[in-house]
Amino acid sequence: MDEVVAEYIRRTVLKIPRDEIRTMLQQWGFLSEAQLQTINFCQIKENISQHVVQLCEENAARIKQAAVLDIIYNHIYSNKRLWSVYQMNKTGEETDFFDLTDFKKKFKRRLRSALTNVTINFREYEDNAIWIRIAWGTPYTKPNQYKTSYVVYHSQTPYVFISVSVLKSNLPLLCQALVAASNSHDIREMELRSHSLNSLKDIVFKRYSQNFQSYYPKPLQETNVAPESDLRIIQENKNEKERIKIINSEVFGDGPQPKLEFAQYKLETMFKSDPQMNVLDRKEPFRCLVKFSSPHLLESLKSLAPAGIADAPVSPLLTCIPHKARNYFKIKDKKYVSSISFVSP
Amino acid sequence: HLATSLPLPSERDHLRPRIDLIAFMIDIKSKYSLRNVEASLAYVDASFFLGKVCFLVTGVGRMKYCSIEMSAIWKLREAYSSPVLFCELELEGIRVATAQRLLRMLEICAGLLPGVSALYFGSLMSSSANY
Repeated sequence: MDEVVAEYIRRTVLKIPRDEIRTMLQQWGFLSEAQLQTINFCQIKENISQHVVQLCEENAARIKQAAVLDIIYNHIYSNKRLWSVYQMNKTGEETDFFDLTDFKKKFKRRLRSALTNVTINFREYEDNAIWIRIAWGTPYTKPNQYKTSYVVYHSQTPYVFISVSVLKSNLPLLCQALVAASNSHDIREMELRSHSLNSLKDIVFKRYSQNFQSYYPKPLQETNVAPESDLRIIQENKNEKERIKIINSEVFGDGPQPKLEFAQYKLETMFKSDPQMNVLDRKEPFRCLVKFSSPHLLESLKSLAPAGIADAPVSPLLTCIPHKARNYFKIKDKKYVSSISFVSP
Repeated sequence: HLATSLPLPSERDHLRPRIDLIAFMIDIKSKYSLRNVEASLAYVDASFFLGKVCFLVTGVGRMKYCSIEMSAIWKLREAYSSPVLFCELELEGIRVATAQRLLRMLEICAGLLPGVSALYFGSLMSSSANY
């Protein structure tokens, strides 16, 4: 077995938390059940990985099998990578069925015609997701298995989720190959990024709970709802709190929010100041970047108004994130109106 | 009665009993809470400042996250001649102890402790705080 493959398998196994190694190897299916039984999963990971490499040696593992193990790892631990969402435009004819073999063939052919030194692997999952793993090389060097990009394509949708890797220069090539393979004519970046792949899917497939406009007044709340706190505590601002709660759930919906970590607003607006201050009167846009970050941005935005930190309703610039399916914005001045407003490119 | 700011909503005026003690809570991690308290103080009748007002500064367990300078707190104490209590709401022991202190103050302010008036107690608190 190739030394590169052996080392790669060893390092991949080392990444897996010890309790998960057995299940992941089973899912991989490259080692037989009998072989798995010989491994002592209670020893330290170093030894487990060495043993696994030995067994793979017996089975003559090649890079293709090692790549599958890597895909399995990244599928389960997809939150360790940053994912960007891209949208493709189909050429117009409604293709009733999706030919997977054709897709794979075209993808490989297109990618390899531009760069021969790549390792390409595919794996399909039940939810119609096709995972593609690409290890990049250069025209002069073999593919580096540690410099990988991952693509998740749901064939029934125009959306592709790409995990940006260190080699951003290969991104155009990757996009071209995807466009060619899926018979689309265009691909565009949606300015939506997160570590949580499932949340990105929730946003673009509209699977999160959305707010519904209600044009009739809400029925009066029952005043005899089970008291959550001591009856001796009287909330003076209960009406206000109720109002905020209603507005908040109208804006955010009642279910859990998709998990995003950032929202970034690039301001290309004019600085508005007292004319006497004489600041930046060169009439150039004031370049400013506002970035919100949080372990769970949308939930924290949802809790701003009830916590009293912001007025309800919260600014539409923040609440439009799931609806517009983007968290990177450019804000420009609206022409002819002196107020700053939101214009998406 | 808990309120987020003053003045209190007028629709509940008829339901409210006499107010004996106002405790303004300032979260030391939030400048906003200080501003809110300063704005609400304007709505308090002058007679309350004779011992029926106190400031409760919370969140003092985590010095790393302090947003409010101590000088601002001392200024409030000077300007309104009212005692300042410090506590950390997240620790049960301190929470309970603070509640007991407030309860004791409330008893005095409500006139339930014979011989001790709110004003007398207030001046006791302020003179001891200067040490």
